[in-house]
Amino acid sequence: MSGFVTLDGVRKRWSATVTVGPLSFGVAQGEILALLGPSGSGKTTVLRLLAGFETSDAGRIGIGGEDVTATPPARRRCGMVFQHYALFPHLDVGENVAFGLAGQGKGNPGRIVDALKLVGLEGFERRRVQELSGGQQQRVALARALAPEPRVLLLDEPLSNLDPALRERTRRELRALIKRVGITSIFVTHEQEEAFDLGDRVAVLESGRLEQLGTAEELYERPASLFVATFVGRANVLRGPVARAFGGAGGGGGMKDGEVIVVRPERLAFAAAGVPAVVRERRYTGAAAFFLVETDGGDRLEVLAAPDAARVGDRVRLAATSVLRFAEAHA
Amino acid sequence: MSARPGGGLTARVVLTVLLAWLVLYPILILVGDAVGGGGSGLTAFATRPAEWRALWASVWISVASVSFAAVIGVPLAFLFEWFEFPGRKTLGSLIALPAVLPPFVGVIAFLFLYGESGFVARAVQRVFGLEQSPWRLQGAGGILLVHAYSMYVYFYLFTRAGLAKLDASMLEAAQALGASRWSTLWRVTLPLLRPSLAGAALLVFMTAVGSFSAPYVFGGGFRVMTTQIVASKLNGELRLAEVESVVLALVAIAGLVLLRRSEGDDIVTALGKGTAPRRRPIGGAGARAFSTTAGWALAVLLLLPHLTLVLISLVPYGSWTTETLPPVLSGINYQRLFAEPERLRPLVNSLWMAAGSTAGAIALALVAAGLVARGRPSRLRGAIEGLIALPWALPGTVFAIALLTTFSVHNPVTLRWVLAGTTLLLPLAYMVRSVPVTGRALLAGYRQLDPGLEEAAASLGAGRWATFRRVTLPLLKPALAAGGSLAFVAGLGDFVTSIVLYTYDNRPISIEIMASLRVSELGVAAAFGVILMVVSAAVLGLGARR
Repeated sequence: MSGFVTLDGVRKRWSATVTVGPLSFGVAQGEILALLGPSGSGKTTVLRLLAGFETSDAGRIGIGGEDVTATPPARRRCGMVFQHYALFPHLDVGENVAFGLAGQGKGNPGRIVDALKLVGLEGFERRRVQELSGGQQQRVALARALAPEPRVLLLDEPLSNLDPALRERTRRELRALIKRVGITSIFVTHEQEEAFDLGDRVAVLESGRLEQLGTAEELYERPASLFVATFVGRANVLRGPVARAFGGAGGGGGMKDGEVIVVRPERLAFAAAGVPAVVRERRYTGAAAFFLVETDGGDRLEVLAAPDAARVGDRVRLAATSVLRFAEAHA
Repeated sequence: MSARPGGGLTARVVLTVLLAWLVLYPILILVGDAVGGGGSGLTAFATRPAEWRALWASVWISVASVSFAAVIGVPLAFLFEWFEFPGRKTLGSLIALPAVLPPFVGVIAFLFLYGESGFVARAVQRVFGLEQSPWRLQGAGGILLVHAYSMYVYFYLFTRAGLAKLDASMLEAAQALGASRWSTLWRVTLPLLRPSLAGAALLVFMTAVGSFSAPYVFGGGFRVMTTQIVASKLNGELRLAEVESVVLALVAIAGLVLLRRSEGDDIVTALGKGTAPRRRPIGGAGARAFSTTAGWALAVLLLLPHLTLVLISLVPYGSWTTETLPPVLSGINYQRLFAEPERLRPLVNSLWMAAGSTAGAIALALVAAGLVARGRPSRLRGAIEGLIALPWALPGTVFAIALLTTFSVHNPVTLRWVLAGTTLLLPLAYMVRSVPVTGRALLAGYRQLDPGLEEAAASLGAGRWATFRRVTLPLLKPALAAGGSLAFVAGLGDFVTSIVLYTYDNRPISIEIMASLRVSELGVAAAFGVILMVVSAAVLGLGARR
């Protein structure tokens, strides 16, 4: 594995049925990687393995060419922003930021000022952490993690504790800040939008396995598995006759047994010829509308089209501009 | 931390063994000695009617104490939680005072106030021109009076806490469904208070079963198990004392199991938070004036024993004979106490033993709570928690006899050394008895602590020790202060274990007070009592500060 941060066959076994890994991937210097997956997929375990809070059963973890597999967390030089921030309640903002600095920053108070300036909290040194808003606490946590100049920044669901209105703005600010600092960052999220927006690349995890690692576009356009196709973006999953009816659109000839096809809602269109169906519901979203249509065979599909493309109750014909084909997942 | 599971296991095994040696082992030795040893103790216990009378007395006194304490404490709690009247806040905290002072001090104060030559008796004698003291505060009545006075506080505090958690909308719902005030009280309020009431009943029962000071001072010929055990020990019948201790332990455990069962789940908290009912002002000028006066009269009544103690401590030896109030007041008792090294000794002894035992109990609790709260669930974890709680379930006298039995034998192979007769056994006993208090405080402290904070410290480069020193310890400070102050005050005012285990060289304050009373040096005894009271209050005040 190449990269600034590398995992090589890393495995953590929790119980007979729950195992994370073996995982192998690399993160380039200065890159922001999102670990995306549903709860229980092992994304937080990966982050904690990187931070050193968990020890792996097998494999090795490298940071900047150094093997840190057995290095305790205190000596890994990984900055971490915790989901609930974990600010020390008995210390004020300045003391929190100074915690990781040599001599608690006494020799170099400029480091504390700089770190707070970075997150736009200059002058907050003597504030109690309990007095801060959620967004401010998040920024103190970030300043504290960055102050000792770590090699890697790890963030555990960094935006999940903010209210939705604040989340989108903070997301952009966070990305700008990380890029300005230029630090290699890895963050955990269960929201696809967040992963796409904040990460340079996204690693999709499921049941402790790495399903796919790539850019947002790659994941969406060329998902490596049925799981990725359905977890990332909206998808109509089709089996049986209706799948065969659409199957040709993807090219490559007829459908094989045990194959499933996935069609994105925007890749379906109302056309002059195609699969007959009836419009059951219409959900207006502004620029476009989602139409829930039911084929004569009883399959229900979602179609994204212009708001005036059809009305509820209309008989329509559906054509697909492109489809994805996967082997049926064996659960 | 999971980084070193092996190290954690070793620490847990070591701690479990240490706790078991201190807490469980002496009890096992006690049981073994009582049951074995030719059965002479068993025969003596079974064949003497006095033993059965004492056993029965312990049981019924404890049950009666629970009833009396509830009758006083529960209505008071309703009054202070549901009604508004002038002075409610001040009175509300004054009322809790008897609980924070060492039981022994309260007993002595009671003696000076209501005893046969106390103020009240003298006043009555004077008013009615009686030849003799109108009463003798002795026997079961005296014990129950003191118990009710000092133990109602548990019901008062628990019920108030329960009422404060109550959701006003639940009571309103009952009324909207047509229930009258009374039926709301019976069908909604009291059932919801059940966990609080059962908790208070358990605490009072356990305190009353183990109560020694009150029966010792006021019992006279009326014996309960605790006084019977000490009497047997002083008579040299150690085997009998052992059997009696085991029997008393069984009574305590039976009470514990029965009351725990009636506690039920804390349904009030399970339903989530509501706002407590608003306090109603007491209507009508007359009713308000009455309740205010009655409230303050009650406060004076409750504070009177402690004020009496202060007054008596100012009476020089031999200056007060038949007068209702002492004719001369001076600070001579305190002067003598601090000027004569021999008299100061008990104070110094009590201070170092309380300080040492508190330090030990804190250290044990810190390690134990850390392992219990941070380790993975395991059988050892449960064992540690059980061992920490065990000394609470057993009366102090039982523990004293158990420690005495265990550490009167030299046999290093079985981990027994001769400590009886040395100055070390008593502080060791204080420490063991304090482990539940410090353990519970620190366990609660650790559980409130977000483990993420320790991980955050580690990610910022702090090693194990630095994390402990810079994050864990400062955040545990309130728990340390609370547990430590309670342990210190318990050690400082202890009488139960002291009377069994003290030697001349480490005689504590309580023993010196009894000795002074025996030679009628009431002033000196009271002066010691006041010092005990002031130091206890100061330490508890410090411990409660945030």
